[in-house]
Amino acid sequence: MAKQHVVTTINGNAVEFLCDTRQTLLEVLRDELHMTGAKEGCGTGDCGACTVNIDGRMMCSCLFLGAEAQGKKINTIEGMAAGDKLHVLQRKFLEHAALQCGICTPGMLIAAKTLLENNPDPTEEQTRYWLAGNLCRCTGYNQIIDAVLDAAKELRGAKS
Amino acid sequence: MSAVVTEKKLKVVGTRPDRPDGVPKLTGTAQYGADYTLPGMLWGKILRSPHAHARIRKIDASKALKLPGVKGVITAADLPEQKFEYVGAERVAQNFWHMTRNILAREKVLYEGHALAAVAATTPAIAAEALKLIEVDYEILPHVIDVEDAMKPDAPLLFEDMITRGVEPPPTKPSNVSKRVEFKIGDADAAFATADEVVEMSFKTAAVHQGYIEPHACLARADADGQAEVWSSSQGHFVVRTMTVKMLGMKTGDLRCHAAEIGGAFGGKTVVYVEPVAVALSKKTGHPVKIMMSREDVFKATGPTSGASMTIKVGVMRDGTIVAAKGLFKYQAGAFPGSPVMNGCMCGFAPYDIANVNTIGYDVVCNRPKSVAYRAPGSPISAFAVESTLDMAAKKIGMDPIQFRLKNIAKIGTPTVWGPKHSHAGFAETLQALQKHPAYTAPLGKNQGRGVAVGYWFNGGGESSSTVNVNEDGTVVVATGSPDIGGSRASTAQMAAETLGIPYEAVRPIIADTNSVGYTQATGGSRVTFATGITVINACKKVTEEMCKRAAKMWKIEPENVIWEDGSARPAGKRAGEFPPLTFKEIASKRTATGGPVVASASINAEGQAPGFSAQFADVEVDPDTGAVKILRDVAAQDVGRAIHPSYCEGQIIGGVVQGIGCALNEEYIYDKNGHLENAGFLDYRMPVASDLPKIDAIVVEVPNPNHPYGVKGVAEANIVPPMAAIASAIHGATGKRLTDLPMSPPKVLAALDG
Ligand code: FES
Ligand code: FES
Repeated sequence: MAKQHVVTTINGNAVEFLCDTRQTLLEVLRDELHMTGAKEGCGTGDCGACTVNIDGRMMCSCLFLGAEAQGKKINTIEGMAAGDKLHVLQRKFLEHAALQCGICTPGMLIAAKTLLENNPDPTEEQTRYWLAGNLCRCTGYNQIIDAVLDAAKELRGAKS
Repeated sequence: MSAVVTEKKLKVVGTRPDRPDGVPKLTGTAQYGADYTLPGMLWGKILRSPHAHARIRKIDASKALKLPGVKGVITAADLPEQKFEYVGAERVAQNFWHMTRNILAREKVLYEGHALAAVAATTPAIAAEALKLIEVDYEILPHVIDVEDAMKPDAPLLFEDMITRGVEPPPTKPSNVSKRVEFKIGDADAAFATADEVVEMSFKTAAVHQGYIEPHACLARADADGQAEVWSSSQGHFVVRTMTVKMLGMKTGDLRCHAAEIGGAFGGKTVVYVEPVAVALSKKTGHPVKIMMSREDVFKATGPTSGASMTIKVGVMRDGTIVAAKGLFKYQAGAFPGSPVMNGCMCGFAPYDIANVNTIGYDVVCNRPKSVAYRAPGSPISAFAVESTLDMAAKKIGMDPIQFRLKNIAKIGTPTVWGPKHSHAGFAETLQALQKHPAYTAPLGKNQGRGVAVGYWFNGGGESSSTVNVNEDGTVVVATGSPDIGGSRASTAQMAAETLGIPYEAVRPIIADTNSVGYTQATGGSRVTFATGITVINACKKVTEEMCKRAAKMWKIEPENVIWEDGSARPAGKRAGEFPPLTFKEIASKRTATGGPVVASASINAEGQAPGFSAQFADVEVDPDTGAVKILRDVAAQDVGRAIHPSYCEGQIIGGVVQGIGCALNEEYIYDKNGHLENAGFLDYRMPVASDLPKIDAIVVEVPNPNHPYGVKGVAEANIVPPMAAIASAIHGATGKRLTDLPMSPPKVLAALDG
């Protein structure tokens, strides 16, 4: 089968790739572009481990075709830190011990970042509902919620 | 072993530093099982049975092999036959004859999803296509899913020659009962007659999956000379090595296993599924081979824990004394023997001082995936039944459930049902900490209830190794053989820094591959911070002894007049005060002049672990219209011995509680009448999400273990034991209805309310 030529933007960089029309964006990221930060926990849109941000919206990359990335702006976990400076959310996750195994962490961070871009001052309940599509089997979520709310607070402080 | 260090002297232990492996996990560069690749790599995929039970008449892969891009196919015929024998300690005995058949089926497939062939191809799509071209001729057989059905005399047999072990004289007829176990102290039957009240109840639990978010995955490469390498996500890369060489008839030293980062396991990654298959495919094709399971495969073909049927009887006096207890436990083993029923029989009444106890367990095979360890394996199941029954007994005599448990709690010297006496304190202290929580006496509203339960787990010791290398700038690398699931690199580095007297940041903990560090058992049984921790501390002590010798050389004095204190060598005895102290860093920088590299290793087969104990209460609200149960609050106290890194202790406690909540309210394997799993995905197998839960309240209790230099007790497991019964008792408090069948999902709660 002929492969599709796709031109897109990932973490601010122009990227071109060839993909099978059946390949998901998650497969393209991981297997073609060697960006393995997004994880496959289910491949069916139920765990959020593969979460990326596409044109400002969070998306399960396992439910999005690679070919659909044409002309889009995609942000992944690999683009979250600025050089050697961690994003506030990343730093707060570390400080709050919000990861145990860490497999859910990339998806959780992208989802949390999208939350704070949409709502800089979420309540605990709003945060819990926003992150309800991101499964974490290790932490029981306490420390993740704490980290996100703490990051939101710091980000708000930085702006005011 | 040395006495426990007193708290005030500790500088690093008990603090909350950033974990050393954190940043790669936050930036997406950490490599988990599925993240490795090699040039020329092929993709392996596994053909799985669509039937719950069938004889394999023939497997024909000729069409698959002709598909362009397919490089090789293997079946059980490519693996050597194994001897039929149970090996290892009885509680965790293994039989390689069974193991090889679980990895690739031979005579029969025994559950839907049972692996029976594997292909390696140049792309995942071609590999998937090739699976469809493998023709299997099945003779479909009747199947059995439920444990009670499997025990019936006319049940379909998984193994036509299985004679129940543990029965004298042995039965003459085969059955699905692999084994019977019994434990006894005193005379329970006689003691019931003396009790003021007797409560007897029956319970059922569902099979639940560990639910780690990372599916099993590995990459393997094999050379023509017989050497091979594996990168995989497991709880023990030494276990992967042992089992893979056994399954493939290789020499142990020929297989080098690397511990990938591991995306959750909870007991489920203590066995091998894909590693021997990937190595065999790599040998056959001459290419590296990567295998990733799908989520559906994980549910259908990897180990859930057992579902069970149980009956509990307890006799109590009006003053609260439990005088007699009996438990009958029937656990599903899945397709091959080896449920944790023995643990269930041992742990159920272990928290209590009861003079007359009798527990009987049955290990029963049925057409489900082989059960595998899941966090305190076996204990949550029996605790659900025992703790629920005790709650009813306490209610019968009108006693507060914590008071009732305190009255009967086991202490140092209390005998266990399996023989030895309890040798550690901490149970009563943990219950008292729970009792003191202000929320315990907070008023409850309409449709709300509160339930209490406790949980026991043995915890593990066992074999571990580590090596400490001192660098010329005064930093050290600590290599252990323990895969890090929940922050053990942090606790390792803390214990090393504390022992050496150097900053936490100067310690780099790593997990070395199987050919670079001594043998180390799997990360399981809450053993790493205890057992591997002792090896790290002992290796660090050897380093400080050596550093003293180096300082003596630098000072040109007798080594016996140098001591290590506060991270520095100091002249002592008759030399006291002769020289200013030399720091770790200063001595490290003189490596070459003082005798070359400073390296120390330590290994152990650790004993003296202290058991885990958790006491919890849950507050729930039951919606009378829908039957939905909302967790309002969950307070979990646990004795951790000493918290090396309190945040990760709290994380373990909270994580365990939430898994328990999932097991209590939602999670279950659901089979249709054909023996097909109906909910093999995260949409229908519903694990707790953030919006289901309140903040869990973890109380870290510290009653140090005298057998660990810093007082550590394993912390990862006991926390999952109490929630099911605590929630059932809370629902009983809210509604007056006692649910005895897990999960307590809305339809069951509604049925109880209507009934
Ligand atoms: S892998 Fe995409 S949601 Fe689970
Ligand atoms: S940290 Fe393991 S799944 Fe979230």
